[in-house]
Amino acid sequence: MSSIAISLLDLEADSPVCLEADDYQKRPGKWCAGCGDFGALNAVKRLMAKEQLQPEKTVFVSGIGCSSRFPHYVNAYGFHGIHGRALPVATGVKLARPELDVFVTMGDGDCTSIGAGHWIHAIRYNANMVVLLLDNNIYGLTKNQTSPTTPQGYASMTSPRGAVLPALDPLQATLGVSNASFVAQTADWVPVHMYATMQAAYEHPGFSFVRILQRCPKFTPDVFQKNVENPDLTELLVHENGVDVPALEQLFKARRVHDPLNIDDARSLARRSDMLRLGVFFRDDSLPVYEKVRAVPKVSAEEKVARLNKEFERYAV
Amino acid sequence: MSTADIKSVECMEIPEHTVEIITNSGEGAQKCAQIFGQTCAKMGNGVWTVEIIPAEIEPPHHTVTSTSGNIIRFGTEKITNWGDQSKLAIAFNDQVLLSRHRLDSLKDDCIILLDSCWQQHEDEEIRRMYEEAMDEMSTKNYRFVLVPIEEEALKIVDNPSHGKNMFALGMLAEIYQRDVSIIEKQIAHIFRLKPPKVTEKNIELVKSGIAWAKENLDFQFRINSIPFDEERIVMNGNQAAAIGAIAAGMEMCAMYPITPATSVSHELSEIIESYGGMVHQAEDEIAAAGVAIGASYAGKVALTVTSGPGMALKTEFLALAIMIEVPLVVLNVQRGGPSTGLPTKVEQSDLLSSLFGQPGDAPRVVIAPRTIEECFHAMITARRIAETFRCVVIVLTDANLATGVQQFTRPPLDVRWQQGAMDQSPVPEGLRPYEWDLETGLSRRIIPGSPGGQHTVTGLAHDEDSLVSYHPSSNELGMKMRSRKLAVFQSTLMPPELHGEQEGDLLVVGWGSTEGAIVEAVDRACSEGYKVSTCQLTFLSPLEPGLKEIFSRFKNVMTVEINYSDTPGDPYINEDSRRYGQLAWVLRAHTLVDVDCWTSCPGQPLRPRDIYTHIIAKLEPNEEGVAA
Ligand SMILES: Cc1ncc(C[n+]2csc(CCOP(=O)(O)OP(=O)(O)O)c2C)c(N)n1
Ligand code: SF4
Ligand SMILES: [Mg+2]
Repeated sequence: MSSIAISLLDLEADSPVCLEADDYQKRPGKWCAGCGDFGALNAVKRLMAKEQLQPEKTVFVSGIGCSSRFPHYVNAYGFHGIHGRALPVATGVKLARPELDVFVTMGDGDCTSIGAGHWIHAIRYNANMVVLLLDNNIYGLTKNQTSPTTPQGYASMTSPRGAVLPALDPLQATLGVSNASFVAQTADWVPVHMYATMQAAYEHPGFSFVRILQRCPKFTPDVFQKNVENPDLTELLVHENGVDVPALEQLFKARRVHDPLNIDDARSLARRSDMLRLGVFFRDDSLPVYEKVRAVPKVSAEEKVARLNKEFERYAV
Repeated sequence: MSTADIKSVECMEIPEHTVEIITNSGEGAQKCAQIFGQTCAKMGNGVWTVEIIPAEIEPPHHTVTSTSGNIIRFGTEKITNWGDQSKLAIAFNDQVLLSRHRLDSLKDDCIILLDSCWQQHEDEEIRRMYEEAMDEMSTKNYRFVLVPIEEEALKIVDNPSHGKNMFALGMLAEIYQRDVSIIEKQIAHIFRLKPPKVTEKNIELVKSGIAWAKENLDFQFRINSIPFDEERIVMNGNQAAAIGAIAAGMEMCAMYPITPATSVSHELSEIIESYGGMVHQAEDEIAAAGVAIGASYAGKVALTVTSGPGMALKTEFLALAIMIEVPLVVLNVQRGGPSTGLPTKVEQSDLLSSLFGQPGDAPRVVIAPRTIEECFHAMITARRIAETFRCVVIVLTDANLATGVQQFTRPPLDVRWQQGAMDQSPVPEGLRPYEWDLETGLSRRIIPGSPGGQHTVTGLAHDEDSLVSYHPSSNELGMKMRSRKLAVFQSTLMPPELHGEQEGDLLVVGWGSTEGAIVEAVDRACSEGYKVSTCQLTFLSPLEPGLKEIFSRFKNVMTVEINYSDTPGDPYINEDSRRYGQLAWVLRAHTLVDVDCWTSCPGQPLRPRDIYTHIIAKLEPNEEGVAA
């Protein structure tokens, strides 16, 4: 099915052929049964179908971890790199080819631990890409070690008596960085919300950071369980410039109208631990985007040689 | 020791001279020397310059550790290295001069133009230091000429630290009869962004230096130049690499500042955007490698520039590029190591880490330009290799090439070098992302945007479809194919050329920037009847072919390198324990020849005389069998 669709696309760039969500799946995901990464993949496929992204013009970049296997399963170009370093690669791709759609998938260890330096700076570069943090609160691929987002007291193989420090909050961290332009949180067990959030992230012109609370039945089966079972513990942040899914009104009683342009409210909401909050915390479409700021006009080969010859004058003997 | 009397000027015609300008750091020695060196080059002299730079920006003045300076060797013929010792020095104070004396940098009869203000200084401590310094230097027959450098500068500027250098330049211009209009043009260029008054003041200072020298000095030197008809340019190695990168069509330079590589990015930042490219200053060297790899993966011609410590950080990414076969050029301007080492000084200690510094087996190409001219051409070669073989090419230069200034034939440019790397034609149905030619390991590179080519590159072991595979045979095939490319590349190389006879008692093998000094030393030994030849390797991975056969024609083979090796005869050092120089290590393994080495890591370029001494020691060992 998918191969037919691609070859049709080859014939005509703006082919009227419509790709379905499943056409964007290259091969079945190999995560554990019940892994939240499946849901994220589904939402991404739906988004790609909705936007009719051209598979050859889309690049998925990842690091290393369960979540970083993502690109292998998507019908697009993929770059499965090294642990923690997805963002520099994605920045390079975007600088080289601003016309490509770039998605990044990272785990919590990948992004907030080994890759934390790149994370901070990528937020500030604000290159136009969708960045999905698949946060299962644990190191999955290496089998159950504490991550920066592991809840305090939660036991793992490296903290058998429980994580000793308070967890790092990726939302607060992101909201603290200059030039942060889009910060959202969603959860794999609310697929409609996850899809809508990805949609908003895709539409935002800049670095769209989405933390996805991702269930890992293998190693952290219980970290999100209360919230999965009881929607009353979750508040949805709704706004026309953020995410507002009417279909969720029934399920989630707690809804708060939050203007994503309001950074102070965004920060204070991110800090509060009374409830879990899903939605767009912050969004500002007007902030400088790195590849745009750095864009320079193309120069022909002949012109380059002519300029270089002139450059030599400076050094002429 | 006296101010020269007035004077019948004696003008000596000489083939070459070596001059040192020695100041406190921050007093503009580099600017003065740059202009002087460029002027000599523009007048058609052969030139080689070496910077003396402290690691700090401006350490306390008037101390032996504050020395900032520059050595300019120039002559009628081509100059290939900094030579043995300086024959004329301008020193702004006794302490910085003393530091050069202690390094044995000044020839026994060196003429020293020293600022006269310290001898009778009002501060007793300064007078005492001056006396002690003079006392210490009295073992040599230096010819001191006291010059009121500061006093003269003060007549024109309020802050002598920003003027003495130009006064000194004026003296040099007079002593060596330089073309003042060339000097003026360069001053105007250097200060083009400042108000015109700055240029005027600087020229006034130069003129006062000239006038003072005219009136007070009784010697001059004439160094003729051989007329030439080809066009020539003069630049340092980092400029040559930067311009070379643009000539090679490189569009993305991702970097993080590190001495002595940074000035490559300064040069590029200044001009690359007008060529449609960019310099991305990343958050660290790891990210710089990542951005360059990402850009190259997406079809740009990318470069990352660094020095040793940054190279260490890029390690994991380089292995990834090798594994996924994304072309990448890495310029490593070597400095002294390990760790932070000698940030501003030359060393050739990154050879082994450049060859083997990655986890797993990660074959890559390593090339080492020998001259500043080759720094330019290396970038073009490197791109070509990286793209043809879908591999990583490391270009190893060093601080000596980076800051040394030399003139060379203006390279003709080729518009084909500018060709983009991007081929986005549809990928033929069924073409696999790593469809290795089983004979050569080569495969077509597929770039995002090419319809039908969607696949995921991965640093995990993978098969021809780029699918993660732990299958024993597919892992071995990948290893074999990545390695095969190097052998194929080697088959295109020529055996190295020898300087000197094709056989003899000793072959000296060097690599990179040491060529000029080695050749000079070998020529000296040959002129005394010794049977010594030398060859300078440029390709270090893969090695140039035919080495074993070449080595077999010599009784002894010895490398000369600027890195550490154990000295035979030192405590605990014996045949069992001795660690060899890095190239010697590689050559021994590669040829099974008992290659010896003489290496040194003094934080400065090698001197021909020291190489010469060790050549003779190798040929005529004394009783203990070690260097005399
Ligand atoms: C440089 C390096 N250090 C460590 C590892 C081992 N490693 C692989 S994945 C991983 C952590 C995975 O956790 P996370 O990023 O949260 O992703 P998840 O598997 O949970 O999706 C680690 C430590 C590695 N591959 N590379
Ligand atoms: S270990 Fe956890 S995160 Fe990894 S695949 Fe299994 S369920 Fe998913
Ligand atoms: Mg995780």
